[in-house]
Amino acid sequence: MTEEIIIAGFGGQGVLSMGKIMAYSGVMQDMEVSWMPSYGPEMRGGTANVIVIISSDRISSPIVRNFDTAIILNQQSLDKFENSVKPGGILIYDGNGITRHPERKDITVYRVDAVEEAGRMNSPKTFNMIVLGGFLKIKPIIKLENVIKGLKKSLPERYHNLIPMNEKALERGLEIIRKV
Amino acid sequence: MEKELRLMKGNEAVAEAAIRAGADGYFGYPITPQSEILEYLMQANPYTTTGMVVLQAESEVAAINMVYGGAACGKKVMTSSSSPGISLKQEGITYIAGAELPCLIVNVVRGGPGLGTIQPAQSDYFQAVKGGGHGDYHLIVLAPASVQEMADFVDLSFELAFKYRNPVMMLSDGAIGQMMEKVWLSPQKERSKTVPEWATTGKPTTRERNIITSLDLDPNAQESFNKKLIDKYNEIREKEVRFEEFQCEDAEYLFVAYGTSARVCQKAVQLCRAAGIKAGLIRPITLFPFPSKRINELADKMKLILSVEMSAGQMVEDVMLSVNGKVPVYHFGRMGGIVTAPDEVVEFLKSKIIGG
Repeated sequence: MTEEIIIAGFGGQGVLSMGKIMAYSGVMQDMEVSWMPSYGPEMRGGTANVIVIISSDRISSPIVRNFDTAIILNQQSLDKFENSVKPGGILIYDGNGITRHPERKDITVYRVDAVEEAGRMNSPKTFNMIVLGGFLKIKPIIKLENVIKGLKKSLPERYHNLIPMNEKALERGLEIIRKV
Repeated sequence: MEKELRLMKGNEAVAEAAIRAGADGYFGYPITPQSEILEYLMQANPYTTTGMVVLQAESEVAAINMVYGGAACGKKVMTSSSSPGISLKQEGITYIAGAELPCLIVNVVRGGPGLGTIQPAQSDYFQAVKGGGHGDYHLIVLAPASVQEMADFVDLSFELAFKYRNPVMMLSDGAIGQMMEKVWLSPQKERSKTVPEWATTGKPTTRERNIITSLDLDPNAQESFNKKLIDKYNEIREKEVRFEEFQCEDAEYLFVAYGTSARVCQKAVQLCRAAGIKAGLIRPITLFPFPSKRINELADKMKLILSVEMSAGQMVEDVMLSVNGKVPVYHFGRMGGIVTAPDEVVEFLKSKIIGG
């Protein structure tokens, strides 16, 4: 099993940290992982993206151009990466601020309105965990308990009181993701 | 003691491995994409645990000369930088090579020339392998291709540096520096309590004074020193070649690639095999000494060899020298901070197969 994922959105949206939590969760499940962030000029304002690969085998290239799954969190990223999803792959996006929706017919598109939902839950910062929950519903490659363990590993101890809130957000994501 | 599993960036792995290898000192100056090395060491503050000195110098030039001083005292010392910063260090590096001192220099390469870009590249191959500074000298050059090797090669570099009294360079790139992977960290080694007998730490009455210098105004003496260096480099060529082969047994097409490009080519080999093309990969782990002999042997059963490197084509010259005209050799690679994609490599190979 190898899952090649791109997560893309605005800088500061929690794109890199969502990828980090995924990677840690993979480690907790005894998988091979790689986490390759964009660190260039893109980081300084504008868009941020990270390639996460989770595999049961040794990972060859940490950088690929085509993905099994694209998790898209803004319009620029949708425009940039919609065509990078492998035929038969999946695209998950948050509808917030999207004016041109995904158009491809040879992939499966899911929508998870996490920004809206996080606002409703009064915890806007857990928005990325809602998205992650949605992803895990579609691709249950990591057990939820390992995600919680991964979360504990990637969060500094002083934030561990926030874990129950993040857990709730994960579960909410599982519930609200829907096929388009 | 057991190894410890962590998820780390390549840069962080270098820093942690330096502490664990029992390094005596790190002297650096920040530059993207390797600033995490200095950052991590500053935060870890190993002076309070192992006694390792970590210092942000006022410039790259100062940092490399601090390394020169530390190495002259027989200490396990290192520096790190990225391309433009490594250029600034070249004077110090050739002096250290000329004074036959051990040290580790890590280059997390970014695109050039000039200030270039902060994105990954492999365009410092010539500088690392062929010289960089002036005079007839060689660094031992190791090319890590994973976060694990970023950690492992720190200890290996120090070992080789002291064995041959020669500076060692780890030639990495922005991708390996910035990406996170699993890494098994070795247990903490104790810092050495003794220094080699050549170290300039003060003259006791029991021996002659030690002299560390890279200056010899007598041409005959300088030439015999040059010959001594040649002998050393030849011994290194004979004993320290390291490489890894991937699906070469039945291959008809061979990729040669190091570092990030080797990872990309592993994937390219898989894609080729899925398309019915028998491709294989040899990954030089040491760039000096280069695995010329092995590449020459492999060339016998290949139809074509493709050197893949994120540059305009530097290592390809050494591949050509190794192959010595037996089969066609091509270069492929993206530049300017763009990492070559595996499918691009496959497309290029296919075009050469059809074209050839």
